[in-house]
Amino acid sequence: MIHPHGGRLTERVLWGDRRKEALDRVKTLPVLKIPAESVSDVENIATGVFSPLEGFMGKADFRNVLNEMRLQNDLPWTIPIVLDAGREEAARFQEGKDIVLQNESGRPVAILHLEEKYEFDCDELAEKVFLTMDRAHPGVAKVAGMKEVLLAGAIDVLEISPTPFDRYKLAPKETRILFREKGWKTVVAFQTRNTPHIGHEYVQKTAMTFTDGIFVNPVIGRKKKGDFKDEVILASYDELIKHYYLKERAVMAILQMEMRYAGPREAIHHAIVRKNFGCTHIIIGRDHAGVGSYYHPYAAQDIFEEFPDLGIVPLFFRAFYYCRKCQSVVNEKICPHPPSEQIQFSGTKIRDLLVNGQVPPPELMRPEVAKIIMQFENPFIE
Amino acid sequence: MEKESLSVSIPTSLYKKIEEVIKGTDIPSVSSYVAKVLREKLAQEETAGEAFSKEDEEKVKERLKALGYLD
Repeated sequence: MIHPHGGRLTERVLWGDRRKEALDRVKTLPVLKIPAESVSDVENIATGVFSPLEGFMGKADFRNVLNEMRLQNDLPWTIPIVLDAGREEAARFQEGKDIVLQNESGRPVAILHLEEKYEFDCDELAEKVFLTMDRAHPGVAKVAGMKEVLLAGAIDVLEISPTPFDRYKLAPKETRILFREKGWKTVVAFQTRNTPHIGHEYVQKTAMTFTDGIFVNPVIGRKKKGDFKDEVILASYDELIKHYYLKERAVMAILQMEMRYAGPREAIHHAIVRKNFGCTHIIIGRDHAGVGSYYHPYAAQDIFEEFPDLGIVPLFFRAFYYCRKCQSVVNEKICPHPPSEQIQFSGTKIRDLLVNGQVPPPELMRPEVAKIIMQFENPFIE
Repeated sequence: MEKESLSVSIPTSLYKKIEEVIKGTDIPSVSSYVAKVLREKLAQEETAGEAFSKEDEEKVKERLKALGYLD
């Protein structure tokens, strides 16, 4: 089995007496309310998804991640995992003391052992992580709205928040045991935030030819307007797997994590996360984790050159399309025919058809998948 | 922020050989090349244990069965 990133899965969820004791203690601690995305970060740290992180990054790691795309100990890490607070708010907290982190409804979710408070430059953060300072970029817009102070330190989680999708929620410890029980030595991860079309299926099945199994891992959480709703993505994949995959070769579980749309840097982050889940390979397609036209379509593949020590193997795919002449799904590397013969797997085109109540042609989407999507009154985020 | 680094000696002949190898590539310097090769090598030598306690394993397997992931 592939090692977790940094060698060990982080486990910072409190159980039994330690949890009981901590719950008693939180009543006396200063409180910081955190948004849903930070709750996801907290849980991803505590359950090992973000191993080897044990908490929110201190200044040295933060600076190193911005400048070198590595933690202080040289491990690859491309996305700062930080917790922000306003200056006045932060002044209430003392380094070396504990804070209780509450979710938006006031429920205590974790204890932060505050080690450090520091200020940062949000323009620099945006430019280095997103390669742009354009506020029309959703990641940059989010950074622009961050508060001035970053709070760093290890966390201990008191409770994993329930979601409507708990039936699909597995921690890295669980997927690792699952893959081992299934006898999978090689597992390819497929990151998604979309319903599957034929192009996705083709990429996945091509990768599955070389591995023992596939881990379909939809990202659940804040997305942008026009994206498919989480429940639609899950229902459509369930249907695809049921009709077109070998049950013993495919597993789907959710990843509750904010999409940052950081293109190449986020592709590395996605790879690290899937390594922690126990995957040996990850599919990186065209414009992975991109948005608009901020990144070169294959920048998210090129960046892997800089990380020979990542541990997980990326499988790069060019964009696929259906060729009428070949009568199959192909890409520019294997099909000699002109564009007039090509039917592109355009998300926008498929979306337009679905919105107008039309079933996309079977060259684009499996009819069973289309039917499931059309059963939802409004499958898109408004 | 200045990148922290230390000097390591390698034979001049090896240095020159690397200079030739990286000519015309995206690798900007001999130092970058050496760091890349060393990281690759060190990653292969990474060791770690993944010991879940028996109790933990049983709990996880029960949950996986209940969710339909395992028969």
